[in-house]
Amino acid sequence: MIPELGHFALVVAFALAVAQAALSFTGAATGRRALMGTSRSIAVGQFLFVAAAFAALAYSFVTSDFSVANVVEHSNSKLPLRYRFAATWGSHEGSMLLWAFMLGAWTFAVSIFSRHLPERMLSRVLGVMGLVSAGFLLFILLTSDPFQRLIPAAEEGRDLNPLLQDPGMVVHPPMLYMGYVGFSVAFAFAITALLEGRLDAAWARWSRPWTTAAWSFLTIGIMMGSAWSYYVLGWGGWWFWDPVENASFMPWLAGTALIHSLAVTEKRGTFRSWTVLLAIVAFSLSLVGTFLVRSGVLTSVHAFATDPRRGIYILLFLVVVVGGSLGLFAWRAPRVGLGGGFEPVSRESMLLANNVLLIVALAAVLLGTLYPLFLDALNLGKISVGPPYFDAVFYPIMAPAVFLMAVGPVASWKRARLPDLWVRLRWALGVAVAAALVLPFVLGRWSALIAFSLWLGLWVVTATAAHVVQRLRTSPQPTLGGKLRAQSLSWYGMTFAHLGVAVFIFGVTIVKGYETERDLRMAPGDHTQVGGYDFEFVGTKQVPGPNYTAVQAEFDVRRVGSAAIVRRLYPQKRDYPVAQQTMTEAAIDTGFVRDLYVSLGEPVQGDAWGVRVYHKPFVDWIWGGCMMMALGGLLALSDRRYRLRRAAAVPKGALAQALTP
Amino acid sequence: MKALRYLIPLAVFAALVGFFAVGLTRDPHEVPSPFIGKPAPAFKLARLHEGDQTFGPEEMRGKVWLLNVWSSWCVSCRVEHPLLVEMSRDHLVPIVGLDYKDKREDGLQWLSRHGNPYLLSACDDEGKVGIDYGVYGVPETFVIDKQGIIRYKQIGPITPEALEKTILPLVKRLNG
Amino acid sequence: MRIALAALLTAFCALAFGQADEVAHPDPRVEKRLKDLGEELRCLVCQNQTIADSAAPLALDLRNEIRTMIKQGKTDDEIRAYLVHRYGDFVLYRPPLKPTTVLLWGGPFALLVAGFATVVVVVRRRRQVVPAPLPASDPSRASIAALLDSDAAPAQKKKKKR
Repeated sequence: MIPELGHFALVVAFALAVAQAALSFTGAATGRRALMGTSRSIAVGQFLFVAAAFAALAYSFVTSDFSVANVVEHSNSKLPLRYRFAATWGSHEGSMLLWAFMLGAWTFAVSIFSRHLPERMLSRVLGVMGLVSAGFLLFILLTSDPFQRLIPAAEEGRDLNPLLQDPGMVVHPPMLYMGYVGFSVAFAFAITALLEGRLDAAWARWSRPWTTAAWSFLTIGIMMGSAWSYYVLGWGGWWFWDPVENASFMPWLAGTALIHSLAVTEKRGTFRSWTVLLAIVAFSLSLVGTFLVRSGVLTSVHAFATDPRRGIYILLFLVVVVGGSLGLFAWRAPRVGLGGGFEPVSRESMLLANNVLLIVALAAVLLGTLYPLFLDALNLGKISVGPPYFDAVFYPIMAPAVFLMAVGPVASWKRARLPDLWVRLRWALGVAVAAALVLPFVLGRWSALIAFSLWLGLWVVTATAAHVVQRLRTSPQPTLGGKLRAQSLSWYGMTFAHLGVAVFIFGVTIVKGYETERDLRMAPGDHTQVGGYDFEFVGTKQVPGPNYTAVQAEFDVRRVGSAAIVRRLYPQKRDYPVAQQTMTEAAIDTGFVRDLYVSLGEPVQGDAWGVRVYHKPFVDWIWGGCMMMALGGLLALSDRRYRLRRAAAVPKGALAQALTP
Repeated sequence: MKALRYLIPLAVFAALVGFFAVGLTRDPHEVPSPFIGKPAPAFKLARLHEGDQTFGPEEMRGKVWLLNVWSSWCVSCRVEHPLLVEMSRDHLVPIVGLDYKDKREDGLQWLSRHGNPYLLSACDDEGKVGIDYGVYGVPETFVIDKQGIIRYKQIGPITPEALEKTILPLVKRLNG
Repeated sequence: MRIALAALLTAFCALAFGQADEVAHPDPRVEKRLKDLGEELRCLVCQNQTIADSAAPLALDLRNEIRTMIKQGKTDDEIRAYLVHRYGDFVLYRPPLKPTTVLLWGGPFALLVAGFATVVVVVRRRRQVVPAPLPASDPSRASIAALLDSDAAPAQKKKKKR
């Protein structure tokens, strides 16, 4: 009964989404308040029905209803509860329903948090989101129904892929989808601006918190994916430039450019058509990513089971949504206007350069990801484009962007003077250069590349510090506490996020430059030394699990030269009988400045095992830096000025515009 | 006209869509053989049934033939095997088997159970000849012409469609 | 059938561990070269792993082949050529520079140049829109301009209500 109710709820949600779009647009076009007024309630209704459908599927999984085909394929009664729940989105159909659910949730959020928006605008925004929801729900109903029954019901399920039986599965996809789908809000705002032919600083102020929220969630989602593959896959890597990873990274790059472009549009009223285009591009990339992952067009370790029918539908959907919005852009953007001017050296010009660099980086990643497809489609052969290409191409593009990121906050709007900048930043530059030259020696070995990367990270830290000092110094408040309280959350967010980038750079540089590993055969009693630590393989024993049996090894870790055990590590080799898969569960000692990582391979003759032991210095700074970026975003969007009521909403930009001819 | 540059994003997107549409008809997993049009690499392997004798591709010069890579542990080989047996019964084209990474007893047993369509089978127990031919999955089939040049590679089991539309017409053409 | 194939693939496409266990007495120099080479080569069976990491039997065979070639004194280029001869460019994760990949390798650089040109053009155009600097003698305008240039949050809520 429940699955049928879920299916029915989807159909109702689809109908409501269509109504939401139709009534909102008609109301906005004709100015009829009655119609516009309904858009909010219908949006809420649509969300409730999608939520009901999602709940129905989740219920089927949690109760192990093996009459539902999806549950049979991806779950098992012995699966722990949290993974039975997470298995709801462990398949193509389920994850599409998660998409639709997120879309409904964001629509709901927009409808309740946007009372200060002009009615026409809110109507159109909800209308656009209704159209997108309708498209997704129709896709699910036509090609990816998660509620298909299996008659007669199976006795047991095939179990969730063991690789997915992990807390990461519970958090990573929802966070990622919150991000992807969240960009639909910025998209809706952009379309609305094009439809109305009008875009001002107020528009930027309204769409900014939504965009920053989506960006923060996407940052967390990508970060979790990387951390999860690090500790689950056992190869010690955390980014492979796999097509699906790139599919999530490209919207992130566009989103980063967008939040900065929105900052300019909000404060100075310029970059308008650029901002609108970025909003369209960011969401379009989310959709393109969906296409790439589910159509079978690219090989990827993440790819879902593919079906050309789904690929065709998503492609058509892309043509309508992306093609339509870019067409609208080509037609209406010239009307949106340019806005004020600025000098070659100014915060605007630096943000422009930063944006352009982010877009070039995005284009490079897109080029590398799609190039095998291009050549194959033109019958020019089959090639592979992997990490060597992306690493070679990405860092040189991003390096200047990172450099400018630290200078931007110090430069004034509209007109900055190079001599002023030099005076403000010369000490920061000197300290960064000196530290960058020395640190590699301290860490172990000197290399120009490592020194350069470290310099970039250090530069961000010192320049940001210089900016903070300057900011506090020029504050009229008498006490330090007062000065700190006077700064906006938006400013704290930016500073914290930028420092997060530096932390990320340190993590990547140091781990890539100084990690060590040993890949060898060890018998009980053997020792090996990695990274200044001694690892002793003590022995193994059998350990049962809920839906697996495991061989667990014990490794005693000591500092070289000391007898005291620093840590005991217990890597496992798990056998999942239902899925007929063997998985290795690495044991990691997480530390602030290093990870110690041991994973078991295959048993070799006697009681010896193949073993990989890693020492990874500063690797957790990679994800720590990403968390800082995300937190910075969340701080920024809690800024007071976004929480003002309708009556008070005159943005600062309006005054600047009034003064600028 | 200045407004034309606003059309650039749409133009780029249209090009992408074109590629995606074509991409839907392609299989990104398939690795085409670099040997098409090149001579079949030489080898000398022991035969499966007549263990004291050897086989090398030069023995098939002057004939158009198929080299079918198979194995007793290969699940998909069972799918195409009936088709091969039928082909050999109709004497359509000589088929030589390459028993890839298999133990002799297992290979012999498998053939006796499922039928032997092969003129003979060569034992590539170490898989080295497979590597020399760029084999990356089982089964795979090579169409080799009278001069010993590889003309076509079938990746995966031979389907009736591939047989009718590609392989048999090619064999006919090569036979002159 | 497809399910069986899929199961077979997932069984293979786990990670290869203790590669040294493939060899009775591993030579660290050979293993290091193998690792460096293998990490830029694509496994043809588990196409989303490197030959260094893949547990597929073919990857194991290829690793042993590469070890043999290293011991024979072959250079990295010769080893790559050996693999490309048999499997095509698909096996290289670092795409070779050829006429068909000129756009790939040159593209990002060309985009960078185009991006730089865009910035220059836009900045030049926007510069003309900048008005003459406010006369310093007008105190109220100057102080307002200074206030606007700073990013300080509004000190009191009252100031925002206009």
